[in-house]
Amino acid sequence: MIPSAFAYERAQSVRDAVRLLESHQGEAKILSGGHSLIPLLKLRLTSPSVLIDIGGLSELRGISAGEDQVVVGALTTHAEVANSPVIKEKLPLLAEAARQIGDLQVRNRGTVGGSLAHADPASDLPAVALALDAVLTLEGPDGRNEIPIGDFILGPLLTALGGSDVVVSISFPIPKGRWKGAYEKYPHPASGYAVVGVAAVLAVDGGGLIREARVGITGAADTPYRAREVEAALIGKPADEETIRQAAEQADAEGSFSGDLFASADYRRHLCKVYARRALARALP
Amino acid sequence: MASVFGAAVKRREDPRLITGNGRYTDDIQLPGMLYAAILRSPYAHARIRSIHVEKARQLPGVVAVFTGSDVAGKVGPIPTAWLPPNSGIKTPAHPPLAVDKVRYVGDGVAMVVAESRYIARDALDLIEVDYEVLPVVVDPEKAMAEGAPLVHDDVPGNVAFHWEAGGDPAPAFEQAEVVIRHRFRQQRLVPNPMEPRAAVAQYNAGSGDMTLWVTSQNPHIHRVLLSNILGIPEHKLRIVAVDVGGGFGCKIPCYADEALVAFAARELGRPVKWTEDRREHFLATTHGRDEVIDAELAGKRDGTMLGLRVRMVANMGAYLSTAAPGVPTILFGLITVGPYKIPYAHTEVYGVFTNTTPTDAYRGAGRPEATYVIERMADLFAKEIGMDPVEVRKKNLIPAEEFPYTTPLGLQYDSGNYHGALQKALDMLDYDRLRKEQEQLRAQGRYIGIGWSTYVEICGLGPSQVAGAVGFQGGLWESATVRVHPGGKVTVFTGTSPHGQGEETTFAQIVADRFGIPIEDVEVVHGDTDRIAMGWGTYGSRTTPVGGNAIAIAADRVLEKARKIAAHMLEVAEDDVEFTGGMFKVKGVPGRQVKFQDVVLQAYLAWNLPPGVEPGLEAQAFYDPVNFCYPFGAHACVTEVDPETGEIKILRYVAVDDCGPVINPMIVEGQVHGGVVQGIGQALWEGAVYDDEGQLVTGSFMDYAMPKARFFPKFETAHTVTPAPHNPLGVKGIGETGTIAATPAVVNSVVDALRPFGVTDLEMPLTPEKIWKITHGREAR
Repeated sequence: MIPSAFAYERAQSVRDAVRLLESHQGEAKILSGGHSLIPLLKLRLTSPSVLIDIGGLSELRGISAGEDQVVVGALTTHAEVANSPVIKEKLPLLAEAARQIGDLQVRNRGTVGGSLAHADPASDLPAVALALDAVLTLEGPDGRNEIPIGDFILGPLLTALGGSDVVVSISFPIPKGRWKGAYEKYPHPASGYAVVGVAAVLAVDGGGLIREARVGITGAADTPYRAREVEAALIGKPADEETIRQAAEQADAEGSFSGDLFASADYRRHLCKVYARRALARALP
Repeated sequence: MASVFGAAVKRREDPRLITGNGRYTDDIQLPGMLYAAILRSPYAHARIRSIHVEKARQLPGVVAVFTGSDVAGKVGPIPTAWLPPNSGIKTPAHPPLAVDKVRYVGDGVAMVVAESRYIARDALDLIEVDYEVLPVVVDPEKAMAEGAPLVHDDVPGNVAFHWEAGGDPAPAFEQAEVVIRHRFRQQRLVPNPMEPRAAVAQYNAGSGDMTLWVTSQNPHIHRVLLSNILGIPEHKLRIVAVDVGGGFGCKIPCYADEALVAFAARELGRPVKWTEDRREHFLATTHGRDEVIDAELAGKRDGTMLGLRVRMVANMGAYLSTAAPGVPTILFGLITVGPYKIPYAHTEVYGVFTNTTPTDAYRGAGRPEATYVIERMADLFAKEIGMDPVEVRKKNLIPAEEFPYTTPLGLQYDSGNYHGALQKALDMLDYDRLRKEQEQLRAQGRYIGIGWSTYVEICGLGPSQVAGAVGFQGGLWESATVRVHPGGKVTVFTGTSPHGQGEETTFAQIVADRFGIPIEDVEVVHGDTDRIAMGWGTYGSRTTPVGGNAIAIAADRVLEKARKIAAHMLEVAEDDVEFTGGMFKVKGVPGRQVKFQDVVLQAYLAWNLPPGVEPGLEAQAFYDPVNFCYPFGAHACVTEVDPETGEIKILRYVAVDDCGPVINPMIVEGQVHGGVVQGIGQALWEGAVYDDEGQLVTGSFMDYAMPKARFFPKFETAHTVTPAPHNPLGVKGIGETGTIAATPAVVNSVVDALRPFGVTDLEMPLTPEKIWKITHGREAR
């Protein structure tokens, strides 16, 4: 569990981090909280020749809330998200999910931007980011650009992040009107990652019909996905248990499932439906 | 002063350990120290065609690279130290580094020694080994089959030993009205102490003295074995293992790695350190369990158990580790009847080589397996005859008045009140009410289960004569020296080697209690062969029943001498002196007394000692117990199963244990908690899995599920007190009872919860998907 040798650079600014990434041409990796990268280094599954430490960049840290959205700096830790009064008030779903990430050490060190950039297919945040339609702000050699979470995560450990891009922040839109969200997770007993994690957001109109529904599912399939068939089965229907029960049956309609030692593909499909139903039931506004 | 014996004194070792002031092996830094790394086989079975180490040697900072042929004749072989008699045991040579063949993934192939850990690790990648991959066998039953690959060419059928105990149980089966036959699997477990293995060796070329700091549960045993392996005489070899971060059995064995570190230090003339990493630990440190067991129970319809026949095939891995053969035989095979009065019993055990990491003791070692089999069989029997599992147990538990009780397997259970412990657990659980509640909840589609485990274990290893008779290649007595310093403070030297169990506290309590002095005045020294005469270490829940009694005896010898001096000081006959509350008093004459500390001082000043009494005040004891101890108890587990997902929730866990008089209730409770957690870990989560190529697919904490605090409710613990009649303190071991009792309690509980689904047995670990496959699409009845 000893990494091979690497050079260490400490970025002075986001610009500087981008410049360093560019100058090392794919040989460098960004180090933020280190809770995804360092285990990989120790196992020698990755051996970048340079680590660019952005841990000291306070510009990347912090939570700010407006009327329409909550913006979380990439370096904000899971613990900060879980304990943030603003997030608890505006997006309790996000705090609820952050509380369930890893263990205390992981939450104290691991960062929101780092977790999304690493794109572990069983990490918790992608489900919530999908359900909230989050948008990431990236900075690269050509300046800043925004990318929706659905376009950002391309596959297991694979994102649209360019070789010289740094995640700056993530903005989570606050749903309008009467709405509620919930995250239901089945943690792997060993790793604590989600065997299945379902984040659900439901908004209803004045007549009690579901106006908006978004369901993000992580862990179960090869990559986190939006359960669009579930959503389609919800919209315009009465916000009740029966609607949810039927819609949740579609939770495995998207996603590519394969099994591992702990859970077969069939079992994962089944858990998707059960956990989708449970998350939706709690998300009834 | 209130007695400190029996008081919940806080662990004295904790402030040191939790403030980072412990001194674990890896904390040791010596000038000029080098670092070792070991190249391990990526194949489970392969012939080594060639090894090229030149590139590694040329890496700047690499000081030496050793291969199997470099060390052959200089180190090893690695011995097996438990040889059960009449078992035809075969101990094929175990070289410290593989020479011609590797036999499991993790088998050592070469050692690099370098200026830093980083360089040593990098150099491993530069060693080129040409392997010819050979057929692999990982399953012990397949290993016994005709035509299976041979792990050792000179061991036909891969059978390392075949051992039997007990008489012919045929008469029981002839009378039987019911025969229960069942096959059980004990999955392989990976012991995971927080501290992995480590060693630091320092050789003094001038004096020829070798010091080896090592993660050991039994430094004196390691000295005996390493002395032979390294060719260093015992008086020139010092083994130090003071702060050891847990062991659970995996730090009993003598491994090649530590011997190689000492060899390298001598060869290179510089100190050498090696610390295992967690991945290496999963592969190269001994595992536990991994057995297949066929059991047959003969009984009558009224619930009477008549006879038990047990056949085990035990996976020993690629080599016979130090104590390994004793685990499935003596520690399992002699206690299969559990706490029940079963007139006939027979055990047969095959120990089998496979291309897997060697197995050895893991907390409970053999006794959890025995308890699992008989406790599951008790439930299967109860179900077959339509009796409540508690009633079956009550009917067969050995009655209190029949102790000492000799079992058909030849053990003499020392003392017990099994019904008493069971009754206490029944009361705590409010069993009858809970059964009614269970029925009501079932009607609502909720599945609650209640599982029992009434157990007895054999521990406090043990009488040395018996140790010899069962093939243990050592004694099992224990030494203690109690040295009272002139100022009245006391140093206690014990040959046991606690590594988390808290005896720095409990042993001080024993002495403080006897001398009537504050516990702060007593220091307990362990884990250093230069400071302690001899000892056999900490395992088999022997530390307090054997080591603690040795201390009590030595302390009493000190008091005996002190009393003589006190009588002389008080100018009365010895018989007229009584010792209470730290004071020697003249009987019947209030006020005529002398303090313990004043007597101690006189012993050292020696200005006026009674005739024939030597100066000084210290005593040594070598205590050899006359019997093992047999702690017992009753555990109950209440679970709820979610039939929709197969998830299991532990609702309640009740543990009633009897370890005789309790020295420190807080420490005893801690031992029970930790033990129960590990026992539940086996039932629900843990399990090492090899694929057909012999690759360990659960080789990290990402896949191998260790129990975590959040998985558990608050445990409900209680005790009954039945002293061991054969030792001065009356104490029995408590270090393993939780692990021994918990596993079947949990499985019985989950099976009970799923009874409406027609479930009679489940294979461990009870992962949710296994449960879901049963409940999915099936109607409860």
